[in-house]
Amino acid sequence: MIDPQMFQLVCFYAFAAVTVIAALSVITLRNSVHAVLALVLTFFSTACIWMLAEAEFLAIALIVVYVGAVMVLFLFVVMMLDIDQEKLREGFVKFLPVGLVVAVVMLVEMLGLIGVRVMHAQTMGVNPATAAGMSNTAWLGMALYTQYLLPFEVAALILTVGVIAAVALTLRQRTGVRHQQASEQVAVNARDRVRIVKMAAERPIVGEPGSQSAPAEEPKP
Amino acid sequence: MITLSHYIVLGAILFCISVAGLFINRKNVIVLLMAIELMLLAVNINFVAFSRFNHDVAGQVFVFFILTVAAAESAIGLAILVLLFRNRSTVNIAEIDSMKG
Repeated sequence: MIDPQMFQLVCFYAFAAVTVIAALSVITLRNSVHAVLALVLTFFSTACIWMLAEAEFLAIALIVVYVGAVMVLFLFVVMMLDIDQEKLREGFVKFLPVGLVVAVVMLVEMLGLIGVRVMHAQTMGVNPATAAGMSNTAWLGMALYTQYLLPFEVAALILTVGVIAAVALTLRQRTGVRHQQASEQVAVNARDRVRIVKMAAERPIVGEPGSQSAPAEEPKP
Repeated sequence: MITLSHYIVLGAILFCISVAGLFINRKNVIVLLMAIELMLLAVNINFVAFSRFNHDVAGQVFVFFILTVAAAESAIGLAILVLLFRNRSTVNIAEIDSMKG
């Protein structure tokens, strides 16, 4: 018989390990496309961890919005741009020690801060959504549509501004491109396009040896 | 038994990885954008954990807003990146110095 608490802990460690390894490969992989795919894996395993914290709506939103939309956008852009990978890696070894030192020092400081609090190890307790008698989505929605209605509308506005800005930035009018103009094509007259010219019939000059291969050009009337 | 510090430590590790990514990928704008996304994710993990352990809905609402703003930010960032590549044919930070900042 497996203890469910123990099983949760094992799951947490597995998901956390995948998250950290994928995040490490995001910043170290040579190929940008591979880095984006590693970022997708990071987001997915983070969504699993949020599931363990019983934040179901946000976990699904992370997969749908982030993996489904933002990461695909990243992939599009990375594949569209023709990037010289080698040149971009030039400073990698040079900056590696600085980056490592900063990151490790920050991590040690943060872990120290967390360690101060660890003695009162807080456990999850009862799920607040279940305690209120609804699902996580309903719990979040109740707060979002009542107390946080104005920020919610502002968030929608921010998304609209983002879309308009992205389109306005990348839109370009090309000069010197020929377009088909239907109105001019319909309004054209037959006599503008075809002119019938009357001329005398051409006949071959008899007796000349080169007349077959190279007929003499006669001036047209 | 999962405690609050498990989640916070994971968030801290992710945040430090993304800071290291900002330092060691100084040339590639795309990887820089991805490191910023990782940072936001680390912060979101903390928010979700605190919301769950303190029985407060505000944390999860805030994660929702962070996701929204991050999506808009990456859309605009990628648009700028495409524009930059179209005009300069490079995404190398070292070559993008026309503002002399």
